[in-house]
Amino acid sequence: MSWLGPEEWQAVALSLKVSIWASLLTLPLGIFAAYALARWHFPGKHLLNGLVHLPLILPPVVTGYLLLLIFGPQSAVGSALQQIGIVFAFQWTGAALAAAIMGFPLMVRAIRLSIEAVDPKLEEAAATLGASRFWVFVSVTLPLILPGILAGGILAFAKAMGEFGATITFVSNIPGQTQTLPSAIYAFLQQPGGESAALRLVAVSIVVAMGALVLSEVLARRASKRIGGA
Amino acid sequence: MLEVDLVQQLPGFTLDVRFQAPTGVTVLFGGSGAGKTTVVNAVAGLHRPESGRVALHDRVLFDLERGIWLPPHRRRIGYIFQEGRLFPHLNVRQNLLFGRWFAPKGAARDDFDRIIAMLGIAPLLERRPTGLSGGEKQRVAIGRALLSAPDMILADEPLAALDAARKEEILPYFERLRDEVKIPVLYVSHSAAEVARLATSVVVLKDGRVQRQGSAAEVLGDAQVMPTGVRAAGALLEARLLRHHPDGLSELSAGGISLFLPQVPQAPGCLLRLRILAQDVILSRQKPEGLSALNILPAEVENIRSGSGPGAMVSLKTDAGRVLARITRRSAQALELAPGSHCYAVVKSVAIARSDVSGSAAAAP
Repeated sequence: MSWLGPEEWQAVALSLKVSIWASLLTLPLGIFAAYALARWHFPGKHLLNGLVHLPLILPPVVTGYLLLLIFGPQSAVGSALQQIGIVFAFQWTGAALAAAIMGFPLMVRAIRLSIEAVDPKLEEAAATLGASRFWVFVSVTLPLILPGILAGGILAFAKAMGEFGATITFVSNIPGQTQTLPSAIYAFLQQPGGESAALRLVAVSIVVAMGALVLSEVLARRASKRIGGA
Repeated sequence: MLEVDLVQQLPGFTLDVRFQAPTGVTVLFGGSGAGKTTVVNAVAGLHRPESGRVALHDRVLFDLERGIWLPPHRRRIGYIFQEGRLFPHLNVRQNLLFGRWFAPKGAARDDFDRIIAMLGIAPLLERRPTGLSGGEKQRVAIGRALLSAPDMILADEPLAALDAARKEEILPYFERLRDEVKIPVLYVSHSAAEVARLATSVVVLKDGRVQRQGSAAEVLGDAQVMPTGVRAAGALLEARLLRHHPDGLSELSAGGISLFLPQVPQAPGCLLRLRILAQDVILSRQKPEGLSALNILPAEVENIRSGSGPGAMVSLKTDAGRVLARITRRSAQALELAPGSHCYAVVKSVAIARSDVSGSAAAAP
């Protein structure tokens, strides 16, 4: 990608890194939350549902500011984490955290839909064949919701690639540190003569987004063929 | 031996059942809404009853008083569901082997090849469940349950979702299951024909209670307990195949009485179950002559039960076993039938219907 300048390339690479970590690390938690919301009845279920969806409906700036309040260097949580070497503020890890939280509701929604589509009667059948609840989940539920997991993961990845408001509020816009692709586009548009660089990054954005979409379609189709669907 | 003792409040009635299921096929027989599925789900551990006790051989699966409740995966009960419930993400072989993964190491494992051969599913092993016919799916479901090395088998109306031809395809496999697998089978059904063909013993369930438990012949011969109405009432006779006649008839002997059926495929000497529906039996006080019917049994009236309608159910003792006849009350009076009176039961050949003759392909001439 020699047609990208070093600063542009840095933003693209950082965004890919942030988005991959954000979507992969939240996947287990997303599956757990989706399963709990789809299958379990517990007090506070509505509260959990609301919390999961909050980033979707709050202004991203608000989410970013809340993250700063919670994980910033002045906060109790932030300084406690700093003791064990985890720093979010003004680091790429903070960008990944912001992206993960913003993509989480999309991920949970996609996975929850696929869990609700699994016939509990199949899980009962597996139990009568000797599978404990853990093995029922691993050997029946998980393979059947694989298309939903793929869709949720890729949605979260795409959302992370595009995340701007919460990221810039939480970790600012430091080239090489926290300047993700959307932040870089924004920065270039603020500079005189930055339009061509911005346009190149816009092109990269479109290619990555389309690529993710096509990949998710192909994987989901392959997975649903494997589980005997359409 | 499975011992069941359950109490459960259901919408509209209380389920309160107590019965035992020995080795062989015990049919849990009753109309829809009688609580049959609740009973099997409680045995399987899919549903927790309010009180009672379930024990299989010497293992207690559920005992409210002692606070015992084994989860389904630790009960070792193979469950054949009405809809098969094959795993769509696994092929037939993987479905069949699913239970083996979880069977205890020391469990007696039925030989994979033997069960595949018994069910005739060898050609299906690499296929996906979605591509199978209803009958093939059910055969795979039977195999999957057997291969999990179960201590017993539950079957919840496994034929209900199939058409008549597919039922005919699957029934022989359940007969082989009964004859070849030495574990108790609890089989839920609302079909008298299935009871006649499969049952070693029958538990009749009505409005949540066990109305009757006994051998298939005893229960089917008792019109009072038939949960599915008088149309399905009839007798079950055991008969030995004597010989095939050149005119296309087979001669059977039931308690010394010769019965003639359109040719059956079995070899002489084998034992068949015959079902004679009550509505297909005509009574005569004199020995009928000049009648086209071939099967005429001398009988003695045991009792006559009449309901509110015009019909009466006559229970007859014959050398072949108990036979039921459904006639009108008017005829019963005209013939002066009373307990102890002698008569002849004329069985119309058409009565011996194909699906009601165990293991045979006889049809009405």
